[in-house]
Amino acid sequence: MKMRAQLKGDITEVKVLMGHPMETGRRKNDLDEVIPAHFIQLVTATLNGKTVLEAQWGTGISKNPYLTFHLRGAKVGDKVAVTWHDNMGESNSSEIFVTAVS
Amino acid sequence: MQRRNFLQACLGITALLLLPLRALAAAWNKSAFESTTLDGALQGLNVAKLEPSSEIEITAPAYAENGAIVQVEITSRIANTESIFILAEKNPTPLIAHFTFSNGAEPFVVTRIKMAETADVVALVKAGDRYYKAGRKVEVSENGCG
Repeated sequence: MKMRAQLKGDITEVKVLMGHPMETGRRKNDLDEVIPAHFIQLVTATLNGKTVLEAQWGTGISKNPYLTFHLRGAKVGDKVAVTWHDNMGESNSSEIFVTAVS
Repeated sequence: MQRRNFLQACLGITALLLLPLRALAAAWNKSAFESTTLDGALQGLNVAKLEPSSEIEITAPAYAENGAIVQVEITSRIANTESIFILAEKNPTPLIAHFTFSNGAEPFVVTRIKMAETADVVALVKAGDRYYKAGRKVEVSENGCG
């Protein structure tokens, strides 16, 4: 997971890029077998441990999901963490500290 | 005595491992996300009444070459926005995402979605007990949902 959290004025812009196949369960492989659905279902973002964003996703989010959200009231040095859970029980987490835009 | 403690510990750990998966299943709105129609998705989301709003801004390309990656940006200027939902009218399963904002998160999101064909990208906003809607047409040349 790649993350960036930059304070621009009053708003901290958080950008996340997650690595995930986001398979819809409708594609077939070369042997004409259906590739099972494999996609992120839940995403949570926290600021210094407090939940700021919760998301439920379906198969319609693109492969290698991209997400940008904005936070008000964050300071340089605050910790932003993002966690995802997928339909196969896998999960991943990443965190980053807010920096100022130079 | 030791064996009993060991068995109890094993059961305890198993219960802990099972819990997240079960909690997960409860947290994901299966009927809404698996619905094959827009109306079905709205039913699954328990949306009774939808009011059109010009205070929801959808930024999306007018024309998307690759339906597999369509970047959309949604901003809500409606007071007390709690959630933003993204749907693609003509996708096999129209409901794409449900975002809920709290503790200082702005009612704003940018993400990339799959679109099956030319259709409206629909954004719903939940503010208090009311639901608002806006749509923006995106032309798609290649089915991104395959």
